[in-house]
Amino acid sequence: MNAMQTPVIDAAALKPRIAASGVQVYYGTNHALKDVSVDILDRTTTAFIGPSGCGKSTFLRCLNRMNDTVASARVEGKILLDGQDIYDKRVDPVQLRARIGMVFQKPNPFPKSIYDNVAYGPRIHGLARTRADLDEIVETSLRRAALWNEVKDRLQAPGTGLSGGQQQRLCIARAVATGPEVLLMDEPCSALDPIATAQVEALIDELRERYSVVIVTHSMQQAARVSQKTAFFHLGNLVEYGDTQQIFTNPQDPRTESYITGRIG
Amino acid sequence: MSIALLSLIVLGLAALGYLLGRQRALAAAGGDMRRLHSLPSYYGASVFLFTAVPAFLAMVLWLLVQPVVVDRSTAAMITAADVPQGSSHALVMADVRRIAAGLDILVARGMDEDLLATMRADLSDIRGRLGGVGVAVAETVSPNVFEAAKSYRSLANTGRLAMAAAVLALAVGGLLYAAFRITPDLRARNIVESFIRVLLIGASTIAILTTLGIVLSLVFESWHFFRLYPAKDFFFSLTWNPKFGGGSSLGVWPLVWGTLYVSFVALVVAVPLGILAAIYLSEYASPTVRGLAKPALEILAGIPSIVYGLFALITVGPLLRDWLAMPLGLGDSSSSVATAGLVMGIMLIPYVSSLSDDIINAVPQAMRDGSFGLGATPSETVRQVVLPAALPGIVGAILLAASRAIGETMIVVMGAGAAAKLSMNPFEAMTTVTVKIVSQLTGDTEFASPETLVAFALGLTLFVFTLGLNVLALFIVRKYREQYE
Repeated sequence: MNAMQTPVIDAAALKPRIAASGVQVYYGTNHALKDVSVDILDRTTTAFIGPSGCGKSTFLRCLNRMNDTVASARVEGKILLDGQDIYDKRVDPVQLRARIGMVFQKPNPFPKSIYDNVAYGPRIHGLARTRADLDEIVETSLRRAALWNEVKDRLQAPGTGLSGGQQQRLCIARAVATGPEVLLMDEPCSALDPIATAQVEALIDELRERYSVVIVTHSMQQAARVSQKTAFFHLGNLVEYGDTQQIFTNPQDPRTESYITGRIG
Repeated sequence: MSIALLSLIVLGLAALGYLLGRQRALAAAGGDMRRLHSLPSYYGASVFLFTAVPAFLAMVLWLLVQPVVVDRSTAAMITAADVPQGSSHALVMADVRRIAAGLDILVARGMDEDLLATMRADLSDIRGRLGGVGVAVAETVSPNVFEAAKSYRSLANTGRLAMAAAVLALAVGGLLYAAFRITPDLRARNIVESFIRVLLIGASTIAILTTLGIVLSLVFESWHFFRLYPAKDFFFSLTWNPKFGGGSSLGVWPLVWGTLYVSFVALVVAVPLGILAAIYLSEYASPTVRGLAKPALEILAGIPSIVYGLFALITVGPLLRDWLAMPLGLGDSSSSVATAGLVMGIMLIPYVSSLSDDIINAVPQAMRDGSFGLGATPSETVRQVVLPAALPGIVGAILLAASRAIGETMIVVMGAGAAAKLSMNPFEAMTTVTVKIVSQLTGDTEFASPETLVAFALGLTLFVFTLGLNVLALFIVRKYREQYE
């Protein structure tokens, strides 16, 4: 759980999953993200930190083309997922989002039963051939999100009736159920209390064994706890990107140091 | 003193009270506003309210009660001998009131009050004099009726004077009471607040009582009808054939069937089109398209239904007859259920689409994001997340459209005709409950025959149907609602 004590991942041993280079994002005339290049590694948790409005969530939403749903947004540059440009015309954004799952800041379970929430993705993508298959996917996903024991007796209860922390874990289970390769999390703990936060963080650490996880966070302690790589954004620029330990102990850029020590932000 | 003048005086007093209250409050605080519990204007407003509200309440109450009291005391003066053959006591009383009003005009034209008091019906030409001021009295006025009219008039005048005195006394009393109890500690804000509360309660009570009154009058008149006409025939007879000479058969089913059939066709047209249009507008359309299309669609709602009726009569009816009904051998009538239903459906599209669009827009964006984030397409998102969340509102919109359809008259008259028939063929002329209510009540038949009173029973039937529809919708919404908050 504590990344500061776990051995530093040997970056060279892991392939980059996502390679972004020269990404620019405009919202209308507003230049929100300026020339960002980052490699997201396989089986690694990457944290995006930075003050509000710095572009970290914008960049995260570029990775699964969620910015497509914003009419005024325009994205330039290259983002490769396993060597394939995700902004290529041949890529179906709908398929892409099934491979790159997303968890949002505010828990947003659908107004359906817990079971139907988790089964939503598998159903629309046809991942389960039989009812038993689907039951199994739901159970594994809920187990993986550390929610199974709490809800196994009331799978037909509405997902919106759960507590905030449970709802967020339900949303994680829902994202996991589609079998994504990358999991994007946009401040997943900002609406949660410390206990629920600890549960979600433990979960992130577990998920890292199978997926690469990208997490946007305002909490530097959280970034230090859960991530192996950290990217610091400031005013739409990627200021610094490197091993978490190095960013937090020996930042190269003065702006990073000021932010981490609490002088800007 | 006329009501308008009295109201003006009370309002003037109240305005005076406002200024006085304000000024007294400031004086009581020694000119320092901060020492007051409330802002000075609240003290003014409290005096205003204490002056105006009780006075106006008393006025309204007096105006409601006085005619009843006066009527009752003069009614006793009319004996059975004064009621001519074929007339009734109530008709004679109406004459009394009209003569009294005529006497008022005579006095206003300069006739002496004393002369009026000595005037006697058997000596002077009352009828001629009243005719001279534009009040026509059918027969010569009998002495008793004339005396009753005189006493009616004097009672009414006394009553009005007494009312003016009482109202003014209340206004002045309220003003003095409210103005002289002002101290810096008086909670004038809270007083004004409770007045406003009572005002709001009053407004909603009036709305509820009016509804209740309408329903009760329907029930009462229907009960009258069922005493004249067997309920068994009304509910179980399958023919509607009113004859104004008597011996009608007034079975409700042909009308109910027509109503339901036309409404059903209308909803079949309006609901899918309306909801699909709403989905396009709220989920797919760009802001520019939406900005143009939504108002354009709402213009449809502004077209009077008689214009739709013309459209049905002149365009749609012949079109359906020539291109569908005749080739298919289903009839040769240009007025048909299909015509009325189709046109009514077009009329209802904006009701369904505009309301549904607002409701769909109210579904939080987070729901859509969650669905898109899982790799759902827009239509999957709409079907599985947005529509279920918006369902209660959409059912409400459909219900509103349904009640419009059931209550619609003009389009039916012009599109579907007026023949009460029980038939499955959509290209045949039929009619609805509302159309028949109109046709039973227009014309100069006596208002006590089953042929006219049936209108109330039909109205009640309609009411029960829409009520049932509401209950059903509530049930559906409760059962299938997916709450997102």
